[in-house]
Amino acid sequence: MSAVATPVVSPAPRDRASARRGASLANDVIEALTTVKDPELDEPITELGFVRSVALHPSGVTVHLRLPTSFCAPNFAYLMVSDAQDALRRVPGAARVTVLLDDHHDSDKINAGIAADAGYLGTFGAEAAESLDALRLTFQRKAHTAAMERCVMAALTSGAARLEDLGSLTLGDLAGGPTKEALLRRRADIGLGLAPGDLVVVDEHGDAVPDEELPLRLRLATSVRISIEGNAHFCRGLLATRYANGDSDAITTDITDTRSTS
Amino acid sequence: MYEKNGEKYYVVDAHVALWDGRESNQKNIHGKQFIDCFYDYHKNLSPEEVVWDYDAYTYYGGERLMKDLFVDGYVDHAIFQPAFLGDFYENGFGQTEEAWALTQANPGKLTYNHNFDPRNGQAGLDQLRRDAERFGLKGVKLYTAEWRGDSRGYKLTDPWTYRYLEACEELGITNIHIHKGPTIIPLDRDAFDVADVDAVATDFQGLNFVVEHCGLPRLEDFCWIATQETNVHAGLAVAIPFIHTRPRYFAQIIGELLYWVGEDKIQFSSDYALWTPKWLVEKFVDFQIPEAMTEYAPLTTTAKKKILGLNAAKMYGLDVPEELRLADTGEVGLEVAAGAKESVLS
Repeated sequence: MSAVATPVVSPAPRDRASARRGASLANDVIEALTTVKDPELDEPITELGFVRSVALHPSGVTVHLRLPTSFCAPNFAYLMVSDAQDALRRVPGAARVTVLLDDHHDSDKINAGIAADAGYLGTFGAEAAESLDALRLTFQRKAHTAAMERCVMAALTSGAARLEDLGSLTLGDLAGGPTKEALLRRRADIGLGLAPGDLVVVDEHGDAVPDEELPLRLRLATSVRISIEGNAHFCRGLLATRYANGDSDAITTDITDTRSTS
Repeated sequence: MYEKNGEKYYVVDAHVALWDGRESNQKNIHGKQFIDCFYDYHKNLSPEEVVWDYDAYTYYGGERLMKDLFVDGYVDHAIFQPAFLGDFYENGFGQTEEAWALTQANPGKLTYNHNFDPRNGQAGLDQLRRDAERFGLKGVKLYTAEWRGDSRGYKLTDPWTYRYLEACEELGITNIHIHKGPTIIPLDRDAFDVADVDAVATDFQGLNFVVEHCGLPRLEDFCWIATQETNVHAGLAVAIPFIHTRPRYFAQIIGELLYWVGEDKIQFSSDYALWTPKWLVEKFVDFQIPEAMTEYAPLTTTAKKKILGLNAAKMYGLDVPEELRLADTGEVGLEVAAGAKESVLS
């Protein structure tokens, strides 16, 4: 599916200098939102079509997010809205940042909590115990497992590694490219080493997997990857059904700029 | 019964509903959001020619159910798995009286499973005993993300749930269908986590735990616990319609389930009226895992017969006509899944 790629700024500002500034800020906003991931699906919310609109206006930036159903898990929904707000506040020139979640069963609660900077505990009150850190870590570990499996399968398929040698496969043995880069990013997320001599097949703590456990670990890793990819298929399909009558190509981000340019 | 290429399949639809999602029954906005969410699931995964119009979808009644399942849908027996959703709908979502009347009017065709909510404490426990007697319950459907006042979910390991499950053992309610949803208390946790199924399956060896939509969206966690517990089964609701829109993904799901859970512990269900059984049964019988997916064993005719009906028939003690049983053993075996063996050995 194609989501947002190139921001289209409208209406056209009056002079070229401010046109560049407008396009530049819109680009920076999209860039910032690209760093926000759906924790379950391990993909940027921009790629998933979750960014419904971006509005640049005289007092700041307003972003509307949307999800595949009203009943997407509220804790994950909160994380995406909160992460989006944090990312946008780091954009120079964004001024006042407003992030709103549309059409969700907890939209009012989450939007009020985010607007008030109430944090997770303040937003959900008695329903929240400590934090969402453990939840996030669980899914970062799953994302790492899936990325590791992709690298191992690629190495086996290309002949760069043999099944019996996987226990000693190192990062340096992996061919460069997006699959390896994805693994390195996910290793960094959960605090694993990035040195060329570091082992590829490790558990969530970075410890080597004993040879006799390797086949089972990899088999489980495949299940994790399939699960994440499958959920992403489902979410994309539902989002397109919900917002574009099933046409995933019509899932785009509406970008407007109503700042005064004179 | 479905017949194709000389093979006959006994069909049990192990998860059906008779719901009322109409505006007249909605208590609040969440009632509308819930049925709209279902309708999007339906539209997203159904072949275009079997998509219902919205109004028919919100309420279809017993007559249409009988036709869709038993006249058009090849179903020999169907099992009601009602969701209560009393915080969203005035008269609940699953229509107890209507479904029960239909069950009584069609002897041998329908099984009525009811539900309980452990947060109802002692009063609910007393009600469960009355329900068990009234409906002759063999199973219950539990929706762990059910909203109830300030609470938006419960765990199977909560102390009151244990008391209800103890009562189930005592009352012969042996089949516990688990449906995980998006909310739980506290929200710190992953509401879809199936670890609590693992715990109760260990502690209640006399009960079967059927995890609906095979743990999706946590297929991997479900597969793992199913290897550890012999009394954990997979319901194919929600997973099976991918056979049309994303057949390669469905091949992976069924391949994973066959590997980890095994062909004796997977049950077909349309999740009616989320989807209708006719096209699902037809496509499933025709389905084969692509040869290029060498990591998976083929989906055999025997496995299809077990999944489409014989497994659930065994669990519910249904009388399968002689000609529809498996020729070799006459009953479903207890083959241990390859992945389960491996997980024990390692």
